Amino acid sequence: MANITNEILLAVILLNFFILGTSRLATCIKTVASQGILLALLPPLVHGVNGHSLLLLTGALIIKGGIIPWLLFRAIRQVRIRREIEPRIGYIATLVLGALITAGAFLFADHLPLLPHHLHSLFIPATLSTLGTGFLLLITRRKAITQVLGYLIFENGIFIFSILLAEAMPILVEAGVLLDMLVAIFVMGIVMNHINREYSSINTEHLSLLKE
Amino acid sequence: MNLYFIIGLPFIAALVAAVLPSERFRPLVIPVTALFHIALVFKGVFSPELYTADTMLGLDALGRLVLLVISLLFAASSLYAVGYFRTHPTWGNRTFIACLLIFLGAMSLSTAARNLGLLWVAVEATTVVSAPLIYYNRNRFSIEATWKYLLLCSVGIALAMLGLLFVAYAGLKGGEEHTLQIDQMLTTAGFLSKPWLRTGFVFLLVGFGTKMGLAPLHTWKPDAYGEAPGLVGGLLAGGLTSVAFLAILRAMQIMTAAGEQALAHHFLLALGLLSLVFAALFVIRQRDIKRMLAYSSVEHMGILAIGLTMGKLAAYGAMFHVMNNALTKGALFMCAGNIHRYFGSKRMCETQGAINVLPWSASLLLIGFLAITGSPPFGPFMSEFIILRGIFAAGNFSLGFGFILLLTIIFIGMSSTVITVVLGPSMEGQQPSDAVSETFMTVLGPLLLIIAVLVLGLYLPEPLRSLFQEAADLVVAAQ
Repeated sequence: MANITNEILLAVILLNFFILGTSRLATCIKTVASQGILLALLPPLVHGVNGHSLLLLTGALIIKGGIIPWLLFRAIRQVRIRREIEPRIGYIATLVLGALITAGAFLFADHLPLLPHHLHSLFIPATLSTLGTGFLLLITRRKAITQVLGYLIFENGIFIFSILLAEAMPILVEAGVLLDMLVAIFVMGIVMNHINREYSSINTEHLSLLKE
Repeated sequence: MNLYFIIGLPFIAALVAAVLPSERFRPLVIPVTALFHIALVFKGVFSPELYTADTMLGLDALGRLVLLVISLLFAASSLYAVGYFRTHPTWGNRTFIACLLIFLGAMSLSTAARNLGLLWVAVEATTVVSAPLIYYNRNRFSIEATWKYLLLCSVGIALAMLGLLFVAYAGLKGGEEHTLQIDQMLTTAGFLSKPWLRTGFVFLLVGFGTKMGLAPLHTWKPDAYGEAPGLVGGLLAGGLTSVAFLAILRAMQIMTAAGEQALAHHFLLALGLLSLVFAALFVIRQRDIKRMLAYSSVEHMGILAIGLTMGKLAAYGAMFHVMNNALTKGALFMCAGNIHRYFGSKRMCETQGAINVLPWSASLLLIGFLAITGSPPFGPFMSEFIILRGIFAAGNFSLGFGFILLLTIIFIGMSSTVITVVLGPSMEGQQPSDAVSETFMTVLGPLLLIIAVLVLGLYLPEPLRSLFQEAADLVVAAQ
């Protein structure tokens, strides 16, 4: 089982790079969705097949792999955009930064006071690398939609870490977390649509009227 | 059972509001819900039977305090809401009212959550449902404020989730059963792995601190409070910040139980002082009344954070201050909302001489300003004075004098704006054509809140005093 788990985590890290390097929004959404689907497979692999992990699998599959991508596709259809243009930092530079973050994540993870059986597993580096990627997208991209994607990737990073602690989270709470995220994306989609209506674009640099 | 009603009632009311077809009668759902909510809360809050250990839901003293504050504030706001919607009976209000009621439900849930995960879910839910409330005016300004609020608070709250997981990992690493159940965490806190616990606390503080609006995490606050309707601004500044403060108090409880309060105090004190400094810098020459109130909110979050770190007496003062701040801020935002609606502007230069046209709202704004800046005999004066006594009793003289200095600067800064708005020379013959005058209902809400704040300053009922004391004892370790 540990083998499959590690391969999934490796795939997740590679998807991080893929998102950083691509400008087509549809591809970005698909990538985040596939990352979500891969992560949904982890709970049963790590904790064995039981009620809790199966519910988590189904919930994450439906929400991360199904409804949220659908909402995002609907949003980009409504605002008619296909590409992220002119990120604040170029694609190559973001990729290099992403690589540095991931390398740092691997180095740093070995120095954390982890439990013996979590040492040298890919869980912690994958968490840190995914969190870093999410932050990088949030900071460097101008379009509202890419910022939402950054937030989703950040949430994916948190999800990886939470798998190590599945017993701490009652299923009710897990369900609440997923539901909150779903509604948040739904509301963000509506707000994006309204930004587009006001400014005929969803570039967030328009949003600079309010200041001292 | 009572507790389930308190939490469930607003959600059911939201459903009723959503299916009710009449735009005219829908606003009435708000005061009816508020009335039942406050009746249930009063019945429950002063009797400890609502608390049972090791369940997902229960009210300890901290939860009871914040629940009481929210319910009082919401009751006053609900009166205002009736008047607010009466002026434009044809405007769509379905989403707004449903979200407002869910907002109350989510806040109530967070006060009763005995599991940190559940607390997180409730706080995140408040972020999501308050976004449509901020966007109610539907213009360029409010969309920008909503987007910033939504994105910053969502990311902030995600950091808090990471903090929660780190604290849970601290339990795993410490060899104890890992859990997010608060009661269990408090009993096993001594075994928690220290590095993970400390990191977790920092993340929790940053996450919930964003939500609470402690500087330098407050950047969304002036925008969101400035563009939201006055009613919503009051509920955010009084209710939601108290909920976020409660979440930080929960983290403090665990740190105290683990014997790590010194570190927690350092961080809280730094953020608290920074909040006072930021508020003092930005409140001076602030020409927008709602933004000014937002910076005043940053100031009071700073006072709460500082109050927590200065021993028992100051912690008691901080608990008292939660109530005073919430009720006064509610009144101030509603008055500012009335002025905004009359003049169609919230800029100082365009709203001068408000007392000539809006005698009640303008005088209440003036009184509320005196109350919130800590003038006797109002409640905030008492609580700030207690915090100050706590600071001096703890021997931090330089901090105490700095505290007084910053509060004085903020008083002077706010006074120039408020006095110009209320008493300044009014502009000739420029009554806006679409002016919305104050009505009985839009004045009654803030009036009741100001009376409550005045009463709290003159006479503190014993049940309340013991509630504050119990709440403070939960956060500060016996010394």
